[in-house]
Amino acid sequence: MSENKTATPLVEITGLSKWYGDFSALYDINLKIAPGEKVVVCGPSGSGKSTMIRCINQLEEHQVGTIIVNGREVTPGMKNIEEIRRDVGMVFQSFNLFPHLSVVDNLTIGPIRNKGLSKAEATKTAMHFLERVHIAEQADKYPPQLSGGQQQRVAIARALCLKPKMMLFDEPTSALDPEMIAGVLDIMIELAEEGMTMICVTHEMGFARKVADRIVFMDEGEIVEVAAPETFFNNPSTDRSKLFLSQLLGH
Amino acid sequence: MNKNTPPPSKTKKHLTLVDILLYGAVLLFILYAVYRVNDVLVYHWNWSKVLGFLVKFDEETQSWASNLLLQGLWTTLRLALWATVLATAFGIIMGYWRTCKNLTLRIISRTYVELIRNMPPVVFIFIFYFFVSSQIFPALGIEDIDTNGAFASSAMFHFMFGDPQLFSNFLAGMICLALFEGAYITEIVRAGIQSTEKGQWEAARAIGLSPFNVLRDIVIPQAVRKILPPLAGQFITLIKDSAIISLISIQELTFVATEVAATTTRVFETWILVGFMYFLLCYSFALLFAHLERRAKRSQR
Repeated sequence: MSENKTATPLVEITGLSKWYGDFSALYDINLKIAPGEKVVVCGPSGSGKSTMIRCINQLEEHQVGTIIVNGREVTPGMKNIEEIRRDVGMVFQSFNLFPHLSVVDNLTIGPIRNKGLSKAEATKTAMHFLERVHIAEQADKYPPQLSGGQQQRVAIARALCLKPKMMLFDEPTSALDPEMIAGVLDIMIELAEEGMTMICVTHEMGFARKVADRIVFMDEGEIVEVAAPETFFNNPSTDRSKLFLSQLLGH
Repeated sequence: MNKNTPPPSKTKKHLTLVDILLYGAVLLFILYAVYRVNDVLVYHWNWSKVLGFLVKFDEETQSWASNLLLQGLWTTLRLALWATVLATAFGIIMGYWRTCKNLTLRIISRTYVELIRNMPPVVFIFIFYFFVSSQIFPALGIEDIDTNGAFASSAMFHFMFGDPQLFSNFLAGMICLALFEGAYITEIVRAGIQSTEKGQWEAARAIGLSPFNVLRDIVIPQAVRKILPPLAGQFITLIKDSAIISLISIQELTFVATEVAATTTRVFETWILVGFMYFLLCYSFALLFAHLERRAKRSQR
């Protein structure tokens, strides 16, 4: 997607660093994401992948550096962070659906509270997205009654209901039983094909090859390598990415 | 056997020899206690004298009216209900403060909880009663309220707060009790809020809910279901703890029972009757809470 390189980035991260106590969680992260771009972030566990994407919507507060989302700087403790978050959908590893609300209420609460939509409008949007994730018939059930794969599809629909400009996926298939993974990945591929900007932390390398414009490889809180998928998988340029790939693919 | 064979029938539970021996031992103990009281202490039971303090026949109005013990029960009930309302309010505010980021709010709520939890209730109530009734009430002018005013002498006031003459006394006792129980409710509320997983906060924040909305729409509804059982237990504890208030001369059930026991000299009868009254009161609340809990569980499904 070389034509996007010249466009104004949707996300621009410059010199981002973060510590937990004395532990350096992120160090000097620089990354630009163009509108419509799909980026897969991979790396060993504890390498700071989740922390980085969680800084974008400020579920984690960074200490040094700047993050600009859709032309607005995101700062720790900022007011109106809700306005940024409506543009940045997020899907979690452990789904985090609200167990006391029905599926459709899980989807409508965001638009009702954040955008002031009426219940009827929000329900209409919710049903539209539930159909898209092929789960409309479960609208009145409660999350604990659904399978893991269904719950994660509801979680994707919940994020989409705010009509975000981009989506963050934080290991969306890691907590799923193997037979549930494909259904969730299919939805993500459909989203990608429709041109949604996406940052996915995932170990699904098949998905990465198919969808990603770029692979970002992180280790020990730093971005080690950024490359196109084919280059990254076939010809990684650093020892650390070679080691990671051999551990991931080989035995 | 095939897949459609019904499951093997459950084995029925029978009383074992150990169970029967245990029941026998309990029965023997009760019989022995009755024997000691009747034959060794030569105690002459006289229930009618004590029961007369439940209700009396008013000659003037020619109707039955509640006597000392029942009046005491009503006072206990009033005291417990108002203290519950107030203690819950303290508990919610302080419990929320316990989880706040703001250091000052956390210090205030923590101090409140630790001060009260680490002091015997009787000591706290003596200190606090003296302070409130001798310093705060005069400053607020509570003692000067017109006990003959329209509201104070209305039946509504009497129903809610009892005798207007004793109002400031009642109020002091009620506040003592509420402050005391509020500390325990604070800890229950805090546990409820904190028992909501971090992921719930994150997901709610990620879809753009404000911190207030997260609390109201996501955290509190989940917390309430979890804290209902311990909260119910605390309310029942509050009713029982209200007996301590008798030490500052609030005329609730325990206070009037001491008087009845002294005037009638029927100590056993009085306290057995009063124990039974407390039991009825607390147990009916326990049943009510169990009912509410079952309903909350059903609505969740």
